[in-house]
Amino acid sequence: MSTVQQETVQQEKAATGAAHAAPARRRRRFLETRWADWLLPLALVVVIVAVWQAVCVWGGLEEYVLPKPWDVVHKMFADLDTYADQSVPTIVAIFAGFALAIVVALPIAVAMVYSEVVRRAVYPLLIIAQVVPKVAIAPLFIIWFGFGQLPKVLMVALICFFPVVIDSLVGFKAARPESLMLVRSMGANRWQAFWKVRWPWALPSIFAGIKVGITLAVVGAVVAEFVGADKGLGVLLITARGDMDSLTVFASIGWLTVIGFVLFLLVEVLERVLVPGRRSGRSFEASGSL
Amino acid sequence: MAATTTPFVEFDRFTKSFDTGGSVVTAVNEMSFQLERGEFLAIVGPSGCGKSTLLMALAGLTQPTSGQVRVDGTPILAPYTDAGIVFQNAELLPWRTALQNVLLQAEVRKAPKAESEARARELLASVGLKGFEGRYPDELSGGMQQRVSLCRALLHDPDILVMDEPFGALDALTRDQIQIDLQRLWMERRKTVVFVTHSIDEAVFLADRVLVFSPRPARIAAEFRVPLARPRHLSARAGREFGDLVGEIRGVFETLGVLSEGER
Repeated sequence: MSTVQQETVQQEKAATGAAHAAPARRRRRFLETRWADWLLPLALVVVIVAVWQAVCVWGGLEEYVLPKPWDVVHKMFADLDTYADQSVPTIVAIFAGFALAIVVALPIAVAMVYSEVVRRAVYPLLIIAQVVPKVAIAPLFIIWFGFGQLPKVLMVALICFFPVVIDSLVGFKAARPESLMLVRSMGANRWQAFWKVRWPWALPSIFAGIKVGITLAVVGAVVAEFVGADKGLGVLLITARGDMDSLTVFASIGWLTVIGFVLFLLVEVLERVLVPGRRSGRSFEASGSL
Repeated sequence: MAATTTPFVEFDRFTKSFDTGGSVVTAVNEMSFQLERGEFLAIVGPSGCGKSTLLMALAGLTQPTSGQVRVDGTPILAPYTDAGIVFQNAELLPWRTALQNVLLQAEVRKAPKAESEARARELLASVGLKGFEGRYPDELSGGMQQRVSLCRALLHDPDILVMDEPFGALDALTRDQIQIDLQRLWMERRKTVVFVTHSIDEAVFLADRVLVFSPRPARIAAEFRVPLARPRHLSARAGREFGDLVGEIRGVFETLGVLSEGER
């Protein structure tokens, strides 16, 4: 139908009606390529590393104060076996604790959305649990659960629980009341209304919480290992610090950073797969004003 | 159309009040009116006069404080699933394509898949959306989104079509076109339609009968039959009959103090 076609043509015009000036257009073209996403941060990293190297070389700093970047990278791979061995318990604790946080947080968020009693009872406790410094609780966990994996898992779960539960709560509330009315008028029961409307609407928000959570999870594991554990990258780091072995400290930090980064990427990939409608990085939060 | 003895839809002394933190606001007070099967009824009235409340009660999504809504003699006490609803915003789910949005109706009802899909495609084609089935809502214009929403409301072949200012957010040209489309769909199917609008023109153009509501608490200030022959063409709006009717309705709003040309 002609009117329909006209409408899309107008849309397309609006979309392609870009800049006029040539340099601005060229800059835009580069920014629109996929290379820009990699090249820009990479360039920044190169600059930072160069400055670091320069400070070490011309600043005359001792290695125990600040090792050279290249030495750190070399150490990371030269002692790869040690780091790999020590990474395993840390990574396991991160995964287990993170899974625990999600498994507990999601049902609590759902209960808070559907029941005002639960919401009003639980919310203040959530805030209190969040403002208690987790690092201060870590020693207690050691006393209660020993030097094994359990206190680490609990610390990770505790530290990433809050962002996941809060963002999930926001997500479950994001569904438009009209959409819920609509499915009710179709005869939907609560179960259907949840899975057809509330859950997909909440997913982008849940993933926002999960992304914050996964970065905190690494912190939680390391903190627990600092306070007391028999094995892990955090243990390696704190032992090396005692020996003034800054190179090992830096190499441990390097591997922790890599682990955190890879975990974050994993979550992003999972999000691409699981969040419906997130086609080619497009977010439907932006189109929420339908 | 011969007047039937029992009305199809019946609002019987319908009253709805809201408790707004201490003070009780009555949105609709003791309102009664009926619809025949297959009738197209438009309701015009000022904002906030409780028109939407009536529609939601008809769909069974809210219950009256007192009084009843009956369909075919049966009081509506739970969501009435034999209705199709169109809201002012299309309310499409952004993660579903146009086709998937229409099919939501079938999925929730657990209707047979292949049949529903064929019907959905047919409906979309009938409103000029052939070729747009796979588009997501944010790739469709407002008018196209609202057409998808209309198809979703019609997929299960409902007895009643409940429309709450469905075209209020559209630009004038798109609105003209979608009104023509709606008239055609209605003439093919003869659903009972309750259509709430702010536009007197739209009400007169589409409806068999127009109810004019007063400001809150809403009551029926006037009722007009629209004697224009169908199908009505856009040119009918330039005609004297159309103009007179619109003028009369505007007159009712002036009497109610909703419209005023003098200094305020």
